[in-house]
Amino acid sequence: MTTDVLLFKITLLIYFVTTICYLIGVISLKDRFRQNAIRLLIGGFVLHCVTLATRWVATGAIPVASLHESLSFFAWALVGIYLLFYLRYRTVMLGAFITPLALVLMIIGSAAPKQAPALNPMLDSWWFPVHVTLAFLGHAVFAIAAAAGIMYLLQERMLKSKKFSSLFYRLPSLDTLDSMNYKCLTFGFPLMTMGIISGAIWANSAWGGYWRWDPKETWALITWFLYAALLHGRLTIGWRGRRAAIFAIVGFGFLLFTFFGVNTFLSGEHSFRNFTGQ
Amino acid sequence: MHIVIVGLSHRTAPVEIREKLAFAPTAMERPLRQMLELPTIAEGLIVSTCNRVELCAATKEPEAAIAALRRFLAEYHEVPPEEINGSLYNYQGEEAIRHLFRVSSSLDSMVLGEPQILGQIKTAYSYAAEFRTCGLILNRFLHKAFSVAKRVRTETAIASNAVSVSFAAVELARKIFDRLDNKGVMIIGAGEMCELAARHFVANGVSKVLVTNRTFERAEKLAAEFQGKAIPFEDFVDHLADVDIVMTSTGAPNFILGQRQMEEVLKRRKNRPMFLIDIAVPRDIDPKVNKLDNAYLYDVDDLQGVVQANLKERQKEASKAEAIVEQEIGQFHQWLGNLEVKPTIIALRRKLEEIRQQELDKTFSNLKDLTAGQRKSIEAMSSAIINKILHQPTSILKRTQNDSSGEDYVDAVRALFDLPAPADNDKEIKPLDDMEEAG
Repeated sequence: MTTDVLLFKITLLIYFVTTICYLIGVISLKDRFRQNAIRLLIGGFVLHCVTLATRWVATGAIPVASLHESLSFFAWALVGIYLLFYLRYRTVMLGAFITPLALVLMIIGSAAPKQAPALNPMLDSWWFPVHVTLAFLGHAVFAIAAAAGIMYLLQERMLKSKKFSSLFYRLPSLDTLDSMNYKCLTFGFPLMTMGIISGAIWANSAWGGYWRWDPKETWALITWFLYAALLHGRLTIGWRGRRAAIFAIVGFGFLLFTFFGVNTFLSGEHSFRNFTGQ
Repeated sequence: MHIVIVGLSHRTAPVEIREKLAFAPTAMERPLRQMLELPTIAEGLIVSTCNRVELCAATKEPEAAIAALRRFLAEYHEVPPEEINGSLYNYQGEEAIRHLFRVSSSLDSMVLGEPQILGQIKTAYSYAAEFRTCGLILNRFLHKAFSVAKRVRTETAIASNAVSVSFAAVELARKIFDRLDNKGVMIIGAGEMCELAARHFVANGVSKVLVTNRTFERAEKLAAEFQGKAIPFEDFVDHLADVDIVMTSTGAPNFILGQRQMEEVLKRRKNRPMFLIDIAVPRDIDPKVNKLDNAYLYDVDDLQGVVQANLKERQKEASKAEAIVEQEIGQFHQWLGNLEVKPTIIALRRKLEEIRQQELDKTFSNLKDLTAGQRKSIEAMSSAIINKILHQPTSILKRTQNDSSGEDYVDAVRALFDLPAPADNDKEIKPLDDMEEAG
């Protein structure tokens, strides 16, 4: 086992413990557990940074090429961006949604082959890591938007039906959750747009064409339009609250499908198999 | 020294009895002084609120003190003892400590977690301090009770979550809007509850207040109170889009605000959320409004439901608070035990030291031709005998000072060695460690 794989496994373990902590904290409503979960998560994130850096040094390339690497990177971006949100909004509860997601990504990543990919020389361009990094940062921001959306729907349901579970007292206000939705959109949308543009430039240098309508590109474009519609609706018609929350959740579903589903069910240039030559 | 409490509360006595036994807050000197004149009572304190009367005292004879306090309560208020005996409770020792800690932390209050009781006990204490009826023990006891109450308040959520309808409205608004300082309120019609809730909203930062009423003068009058603006009743729907929170309590027989109108209003607000509170019976706002996105309509029953849910939430916090109280009881009980044990050990050592000195003097006057070295050896030997004898009783006294058998050992030691009664409480007691060095 190489150092970076060992570090990866320890990070995974920390995320696992953090998730358990969150679950206990949410179910038993003991604030102590949730506070400790945040500390654990920060520790896990620092270790994750070290993991990625070690991998980078070992393979000599930004670790975003294989499925294993990109899942690890996705989880890292997710936790990192959540922690940034935590600094701004202090919403411990958001972590209860984000950490399990990061954990799932890490578990799938740990099942994927871990050897360093021998990158197809055609793809060996600086545009490649730029494209992937931007795309994953965008994914992570939209994941936060989706989590905030779920919390919004829960809180809204309780306020409308006037039946309050204990969760009601721990969830942030509707206004806070809705403004998180908007914040995510204003950061995530440019990231996603730049991700697609940088991808197109890279594709041009690799295959001699900007857009080839492979399934992943198509689905990414559909998702992009979805978020564009939400942003437009928010800015001009005053879409907000419930509708914006549902959009964010659906949008993230599309993102996940673009990432996993396309690789699994459809084939194209973006399949990892093509990258690693397996 | 023991702590005893005799009293009654809303749990044990109906208001007809509570009012008979209440002490007027303006005339506490007489009852406090009379209480202190009772035999066996060393220090005294009286807490009297509309929900409870508590006589708290420090005494050497708890049983006698409790009987005396029970009699005092009946005699002072000139009621036959039989009439109130069933309503009175009494506590001593650890039980008494627990009781006052729980009362001051508002765990024994009618509305769990209500904040007034702590202030009332503080007032009661200030009277006792003013008339010098409390000394070392009650001073320490009450300060401890205050700090326990503070811990409970800061470490548990027992006092969070509103348990009155008007406060519940403010809290719900916070769950929708987060911040209230840039929000606006409209009051439609005049009702006491509306006014009260409006006052809470203004106190929580709401800056814009609009008032409307079928009688425009009344609207103006109320608006002036909140430095708000009165608007004619006919136009109120046009102004709805400018406010975030609406409270209605008109006497109108039909709905004054329907779903269609609200739809329009929300559209004009670009779907910014609105919180509508309908306190009127019959209701002023069509309940279908709650079905609209971003409109949250609450009627009186809904708010009552929120209050009930909040109370349940407080109940959950209460168990955390009880745990804190239990922790603190141990600490205080230990301190109280120390008050007895330390002087006993000092007295015991002093007594043996006296005997040793006397016997040494006798021995040395018979054996005049001892060398200085031999005298020293005899002194050292006698000293060692005392230390060996004292070792076991001293360590037992120290060990048992925190449990219930401690007092029995203290009494036994005092009786066996015929030790004088402990010194006055107000004297400062040396810490145990210093004493050991002296020995």
